Amino acid sequence: MTVGLEHYLMVSALLFSLGLLGVIMRRNLLIIYMSLELMLNAANLALVAFSRFNNKLDAQVMVFFIITVAAAEVSVGLALIVALYRKRQTTHVEDLTSMRL
Amino acid sequence: MHLTDFAWFILFLPLLAAAVITLFTQQDAKFSAQLSIGAIAASFCISLALFISVGTPMPVESTSFTWLSVGSFVVDFGLRLDPLSLLMMLIVTGVGGAIHVYSYGYMSGDSGFSRYFAGLSLFTFSMLGIVLANNFVTMFIFWELVGVSSYLLIGFWYDRASAADAAKKAFLTNRLGDFGFMLGILLLWATLGSVNFDQLQKALLSNPGALGIWSSVAGLLIFCGAMGKSAQFPLHVWLPDAMEGPTPVSALIHAATMVAAGVYMLCRVFFLYNATPAWPEALAFLHGVTALDIIAWIGGFTSLLAAVIAIQQNDIKRILAYSTLSQLGYMIMAVGLSGPTPAMYHLTTHAFFKALLFLGAGAVIYAAHHEQDIWKMGGLREKMPWTYRTFLVGTLALCGVPPFSGFFSKDAILATASDHNIALFILAALVAMLTTFYMFRLIFVAFTGPARSEVVEHAHEPPRVMTAPLMLLAVPSLLAGLWGINAFISQQFTSAPAEAASLGWLDEAFAPFGHAPLAAMVGLGAVVFGFSFAYSLYANAATDPIPQRFQTLSRVIRNRFYFDEIYAKLIAITHEALARLANWFDHWIISGFAIKGIHGTVEIFGRALRLAQTGNLQTYAFLFVLGVAVVLYAVLRHG
Repeated sequence: MTVGLEHYLMVSALLFSLGLLGVIMRRNLLIIYMSLELMLNAANLALVAFSRFNNKLDAQVMVFFIITVAAAEVSVGLALIVALYRKRQTTHVEDLTSMRL
Repeated sequence: MHLTDFAWFILFLPLLAAAVITLFTQQDAKFSAQLSIGAIAASFCISLALFISVGTPMPVESTSFTWLSVGSFVVDFGLRLDPLSLLMMLIVTGVGGAIHVYSYGYMSGDSGFSRYFAGLSLFTFSMLGIVLANNFVTMFIFWELVGVSSYLLIGFWYDRASAADAAKKAFLTNRLGDFGFMLGILLLWATLGSVNFDQLQKALLSNPGALGIWSSVAGLLIFCGAMGKSAQFPLHVWLPDAMEGPTPVSALIHAATMVAAGVYMLCRVFFLYNATPAWPEALAFLHGVTALDIIAWIGGFTSLLAAVIAIQQNDIKRILAYSTLSQLGYMIMAVGLSGPTPAMYHLTTHAFFKALLFLGAGAVIYAAHHEQDIWKMGGLREKMPWTYRTFLVGTLALCGVPPFSGFFSKDAILATASDHNIALFILAALVAMLTTFYMFRLIFVAFTGPARSEVVEHAHEPPRVMTAPLMLLAVPSLLAGLWGINAFISQQFTSAPAEAASLGWLDEAFAPFGHAPLAAMVGLGAVVFGFSFAYSLYANAATDPIPQRFQTLSRVIRNRFYFDEIYAKLIAITHEALARLANWFDHWIISGFAIKGIHGTVEIFGRALRLAQTGNLQTYAFLFVLGVAVVLYAVLRHG
């Protein structure tokens, strides 16, 4: 059996859905954050697969960008979470409802 | 220089005087007055020169320049010289000039002396504008200017509340009539496409049905203007109140010229009423009645109403005011009976003798230190002989005693009435009798018998500058009937040359008995009856006998048939109803429906949308995903 594009895409979609489910269902901010990363990487996987099967490098360049930006984003996001935890002593999203009127 | 070019001088000299007085010479009262008098005297001289230099039959001349043109609508600013305007110009500048001179004495010492003469000059300018206008728009502008200057002069003593109110009342009442006038002008323009008198007349001469179904309505709307200015029922209420102004103003504006503008205007556009009468569908019930009939009856009714009111007034100026109303009704009635010539004739003589009477009353008021109640006067015949004599001339002319001028003009109207409408003829005769009655009541009470108050005891003849105009006006009041004015005006309305012009003075004096003996005899009879009633009731009366004998009637008449009160009530009721309607609209439609409706809708939507704002991060994320899914679905569905 040869591994084709569709297999890669299936795996990518699976990963994306898992990440999405995690973002929606989990309560802990850290877990939600990790799920977000999962979704990003699912997208990366799909891009790399396209690049491979189309014999073009454009998508791989895009992936590098995503990885770089994600790294920066993670550092900012984690810093925010730490700051939030220091202020509220919690990272549960149910406790973070001060935006509600 | 062409003849008509001089007319511009006549028109603009008084305006120049008014402008100079207002801008530069306010401080110098004497000089202001001289300027104003000089301007009107110059206007009079030019008018007289024009009058003498034109031949008979008089040519119609007009001069104009385009004032504004919008698309096909062109308005000229033009002057028109014909027998009608020339005669009226002479009246305005002649009688006006005498009144200017009189004012110099009457108003001396008043703090607003310069302002007064500026007002008089402005008025003269506006009035001459009406007289000379050759189209409706120009006339309307001057018409309003006359309204303004009348407002300024009635309210001259503006620190007196009653004068300020009277000025407002006059202005607003006139506005009502002017609104109809304006609609009439618009209607004529819409149907005939012109506002120029000449062009309108030509259009109607070539096709009397050119106005279609609107001819009678247009006629009545134009008449509305005359109704306001000439104070015809039901807009008559402003004129008696206008007596709050200085007495020379009453003489000039509210007796001789401004109130005559309505009659003059009707004569000017009399060709309108020769159009085929017709009514629009909605007014079909008026079929068979012409606009002229309605005008005649309004005029007749006004003259009777005012004459009845006059017999129970005690204020000397108010008696004359109601008498003016009554005589204006006469003129309007004459126009309505297809007699513009007698109407203008009476207007001319009336201008002379009514101005004379008002100035006489002014002299009396001046001598009696602003006492106006005739029952506090008495015995003025010996104390003010010249005033008495001239006043008597005016009275006899007003009553229509031959050979005074009023006899001839009144007879012309009576003759017209007897030819056209016998009911109005009887009414007119009745009014003539009442006129004699109230005028001699005034004479007997104010001028004969003993003095009834302290101030009148010491009354004496006013200065020469005031008695001279009286004598000046007494001459035409006495003789104007013999000058062939009738024939002169009739050139305006008939194309045939007038044959009466060849009559000698003596023939002229007896002419009324020749061509309409019935009218002349009835007129004379009315005078005799009126005089004998007045003599029997008031010859030696210390108090008025009528209120004791007919209490209710006298009270009703004394209160002017409660017209002012009824109008006040009517206005209050209308006002209240309108206010209630506006309130209801504001409360339920604007505030209720519009404001509360918008507010409510927004609030409901806001509350509904607020449910989505849970504040829960994951709900937002879920909705976000849902949204992306929907968009994806929508994009990919067709792909």
